[in-house]
Amino acid sequence: MTPNDRRYTRDHEWILIEGNSARIGITDYAQDALGEIVYVELPAVGDSYAVGDSLAVVESVKAVSQIYTCVEGTVTEVNEALEEAPELLNSAAFDTCIAVLEIASVDESKLMSAQEYDAHVAAL
Amino acid sequence: MDTINGLKRTPLYDAHIAHGGKLVDFGGWALPVQYSSIIEEHKAVRHAAGLFDVSHMGELMVEGPGAFALIQRLVTNDITSMKPGRVRYSPVCYENGGVVDDILIYMLAENRYLLIVNAGNTDKDYEWFASHAGEDVSVTNESASWAQLALQGPRFMEALEAAGYEGELPRKYYTFTERMSVAGVACLVSVTGYTGEAGVELYCAAADGMRLHAALMEAGRQFGLVPCGLGARDSLRFEAGMPLYGHEMNADISPVEADLGFAIKLDKAGGFIGREALLAPAARRRIGLRLADRGILREHYAVYAGDELVGTTTSGMPVPTLEGSYAMALVDARHADDAEFTVEIRNRRLAARRVEIPFYKRAK
Repeated sequence: MTPNDRRYTRDHEWILIEGNSARIGITDYAQDALGEIVYVELPAVGDSYAVGDSLAVVESVKAVSQIYTCVEGTVTEVNEALEEAPELLNSAAFDTCIAVLEIASVDESKLMSAQEYDAHVAAL
Repeated sequence: MDTINGLKRTPLYDAHIAHGGKLVDFGGWALPVQYSSIIEEHKAVRHAAGLFDVSHMGELMVEGPGAFALIQRLVTNDITSMKPGRVRYSPVCYENGGVVDDILIYMLAENRYLLIVNAGNTDKDYEWFASHAGEDVSVTNESASWAQLALQGPRFMEALEAAGYEGELPRKYYTFTERMSVAGVACLVSVTGYTGEAGVELYCAAADGMRLHAALMEAGRQFGLVPCGLGARDSLRFEAGMPLYGHEMNADISPVEADLGFAIKLDKAGGFIGREALLAPAARRRIGLRLADRGILREHYAVYAGDELVGTTTSGMPVPTLEGSYAMALVDARHADDAEFTVEIRNRRLAARRVEIPFYKRAK
């Protein structure tokens, strides 16, 4: 279920690193906990973020959730499809990235493997 | 799910589990925020029908020769013209005009009234009424004895008829019949609700709640009846412009400010607690806002008129039946008729326009 090709945070984000770029999204657990996602506030291309900064905001019917970045870097791409179809995060969380960052640095201590993340979720 | 275990359960708890309800802690009660989806449940009530467990609501019985006088003294509305079988809505105020609660008053008989109060206010309301009661009236907290279901939506009657009932169904809004039987369960049935749709609320003995819920679900499924949770209850009442205690009013917000003037009778004989405070011009007023930009209005966002901070949103959430994003806000009375505002969402000011409440009104 949980893809092995990427890493995870305790806050239920996934990060897929390819070369110098990081694709960031939310996990299936996150989308299920949030419920129906109705709005995504995307970052601006060109903006820089430090580890732990709020990169995006995902709003469901009932809740507002900040998406924090686990890498330091500059936004090179955002998933504009989410502006019109935020529900993509519900239907395909692992296939829907929110933004792509050019990596300046990664805080490895905050990242988990798929197995570690599954154990983290199981303990919640 | 462990955190749910220490919570109070309504008589319908097992039905919530059986229907796949997503349970949350709602003021100490384990209640479903949703079963399938808040949006789908909301739409079902607008277009078909929905069944809500509202057993957490409090029931206070007020009985005795002094019942009328006690209630009349504590509520802002006038209950003089009430007859048995009638329901009336009213705020209950403190001396300073702040709101203790907003309640429904059911007149069962002369000297006998049932008060339906907000779940989280039940103990406080009981204390408030009991502490003002003389020896000629008794106030009893009967909340644990009752189950309450709200059957709401344009197809509610078909569901009710399919479930089968005996007795004469009340037809007029804000009336009720005490001695009815629905699916073989003795019920008080009232034409009331909190959704902006046609519907009824059914009160029965706690022990009969599961049976009534199951019978209505079984009978109503063919008409599109679905079980609904607190999420849809909130979004439906919000679209329909109905205030919620703790949001549009509280101990620091008067019912005049909450724009509930229709339920405040300043001139009724004998006065009422809070009257003098409510005579003063209201400093703030509840208004409706619609966001001009993309985004979602939520409660507790700052509202500006030009550069001046003039208030705050009190409720806001996605509205499944409407386009755009809406909020209710409490703003400085001097700006309550302004057309344009800005609302601060995460350090950005977004344009919003004042709109009429209710946001949604059903076609008659």
